[in-house]
Amino acid sequence: MKLLEYEAKEVFRGFGIPVPRGKVAESAEEAIRVAEMIGGQVVIKAQVPVGGRGKAGGILLAETPERAGEAAARLLASEVRGIKVRRVLVEERLKIEKELYLGLTVDRRYGTYVILASSEGGVDIEEVASRTPEKIIKQYVDPIDGFRPHHARWIAKRLGFSGGLMMRLSEIAMRLYDLGVEVDAEITEINPLALVGEDLVAADARLNIDDNALFRHGDLLQRYGGGELEGLSEVEREARRLGLTYVELDGNIGIIGNGAGLTMATLDTVTLYGGRPGNFLDLGGGTPPERVEQAVTFLLNDKRIRVLLVNILGGITRCDEIARGIVNARLKAGVIKPMVIRLSGTNEEEGIRILREAGVEVMGTMEEAAERSVILAGGR
Amino acid sequence: MQVEDEMVRFVGKGTRVLVQGITGTQGRFHTRLMLEYGTKIVAGVTPGRGGGEVEGVPVFDTVFEALEEAEPEASIMFVPAPQAKEAALEAIEAGLNPIVIITEGVPIKDSIEVIARARRRGITLIGPNTPGIIRVGECKLGIMPSAVFRKGRVGIVSRSGTLTYEVAAQITRAGLGESTCIGIGGDPVVGLNFIDVLRWFQEDDETEAVVIIGEIGGDAEERAAEFISEGGFTKPTAAYIAGRTAIPGRRMGHAGAIVEGNVGTAEGKIEALKSAGVHVGSLPGEVAKALKRMMG
Repeated sequence: MKLLEYEAKEVFRGFGIPVPRGKVAESAEEAIRVAEMIGGQVVIKAQVPVGGRGKAGGILLAETPERAGEAAARLLASEVRGIKVRRVLVEERLKIEKELYLGLTVDRRYGTYVILASSEGGVDIEEVASRTPEKIIKQYVDPIDGFRPHHARWIAKRLGFSGGLMMRLSEIAMRLYDLGVEVDAEITEINPLALVGEDLVAADARLNIDDNALFRHGDLLQRYGGGELEGLSEVEREARRLGLTYVELDGNIGIIGNGAGLTMATLDTVTLYGGRPGNFLDLGGGTPPERVEQAVTFLLNDKRIRVLLVNILGGITRCDEIARGIVNARLKAGVIKPMVIRLSGTNEEEGIRILREAGVEVMGTMEEAAERSVILAGGR
Repeated sequence: MQVEDEMVRFVGKGTRVLVQGITGTQGRFHTRLMLEYGTKIVAGVTPGRGGGEVEGVPVFDTVFEALEEAEPEASIMFVPAPQAKEAALEAIEAGLNPIVIITEGVPIKDSIEVIARARRRGITLIGPNTPGIIRVGECKLGIMPSAVFRKGRVGIVSRSGTLTYEVAAQITRAGLGESTCIGIGGDPVVGLNFIDVLRWFQEDDETEAVVIIGEIGGDAEERAAEFISEGGFTKPTAAYIAGRTAIPGRRMGHAGAIVEGNVGTAEGKIEALKSAGVHVGSLPGEVAKALKRMMG
């Protein structure tokens, strides 16, 4: 779950990480009121769940509350990287002397958390990592011993800080770690962490929470679950509502598989034969007929999809149940689209019989099925 | 941080197995299938359900009771994700080895702790989010459909479930057959990596050639390629990598299947494996054909 900047800053504030004074606004009038409250120059930032907002024109400056209202109106009428702006964050403009980077993420290789820090903040950290890797400090956290204040001070030292600022930076690093672990963050970032006078302030905030951990963060899900949806298309939002494991692609062949790897391989195979997959939809294992019906109906109703390809390798999944789901969806949907099915594994004969009786095309291998779907979609 | 270089421990015909979460739908179903395959399941655990039986296997409330009464050596877990961490820590404390975590959806934070504790005790942890391990014709600690396998000399190591069955079925159909098949799991953080398994296959006399089945996300395949290039693994190797059509930044089903920035692309993995001399098939079926050529 991706939080929007203002939501992440709310969480940061709760963990004692300093953030600029500001408030979210949904209209020009609200933005004016916030700007008046703050006084002086303000920054108006589009709240969309994507990076690189500055470059895309999603961050504006204003000298007066009136100008802040105009800037907010402009952003609220625009799209940033294809996403409609529904909210802006109006914040005090900081007098930034230096921009740092501080982040916490999971290192897949060592299977642990890692704190990343750099004196090159305010820019894309991946670019810094590929251009000047020596400018990134990595502190791996032992999962059992944890991240301790002396580790945090060592990070601050290596960034070139001493005295009060070193203590301040290490304190923020500790809080970021505590926050990340407490809320099951996959990634949390302060970029930039701004040096303002004798203090450090999180000028931007990023927080992605591990979806698999949301069962123990009901409060966060309820409060912040909506922001991410704004980055999704209408079809994807509908898929999310139905609980389907779905990703929209730009082609015209609808694809259903069971298991992530097999479904990805099906997409790749269709592409290799010159076709264009319209989606990724993974049924997972042991799917009952009603669920299959729902998934098939979902793609039948998607106007972009011209041909449906279903690739099932049954282990726990029973081919006869898959077949029943497909046939039911076809009967009820009232939409006729060519379908190519590949069924293999548990109760395969029964599944194939059900489909053939209903006049649905069944192929023996995934390669044959993929090739056939490309021909039916009219494109190679 | 130091990661110890220890020998991986797998299972064999005589291995005494405990099933954690044996009374759930999945636990029951796969206990039956594993017993049918010849796996020696000696006990099950579900807290609160001790005293019963599943498929003739006695059920206990705690791993320690099971340990005393039935002396299991290894564990396979079908415990729901919210309880997976505590169940795994119980198995680790009891010293069971290896531990196979089938469960999908375990929070990364939990996996990190469980894997670190297993490592500290020198315990091999397979998963989470894995189909498990099968020693073909001997024993299965997993959920893979046994019908796709036939005893042979090809070893398989994979991050996927059904895609592995697809490739295995084609290898079987080509008349080759498999020795051991291991799923390392589809999560970002898992107990075993490709290199751990390749090292084991290198020493395994029953395995003549190996298939690596990878997918987008992380750099485990690239590191495996490096290991092969450096001479760490010398048997003939073929591979298939899924996810060439994935969109960067989007999760493709598995929690670990995501291209982040320029890290984890299928192209990068395919390139790395090819330059290590691995035959990478662009279709799953090409893997079996390549093996057939390599194994003469």
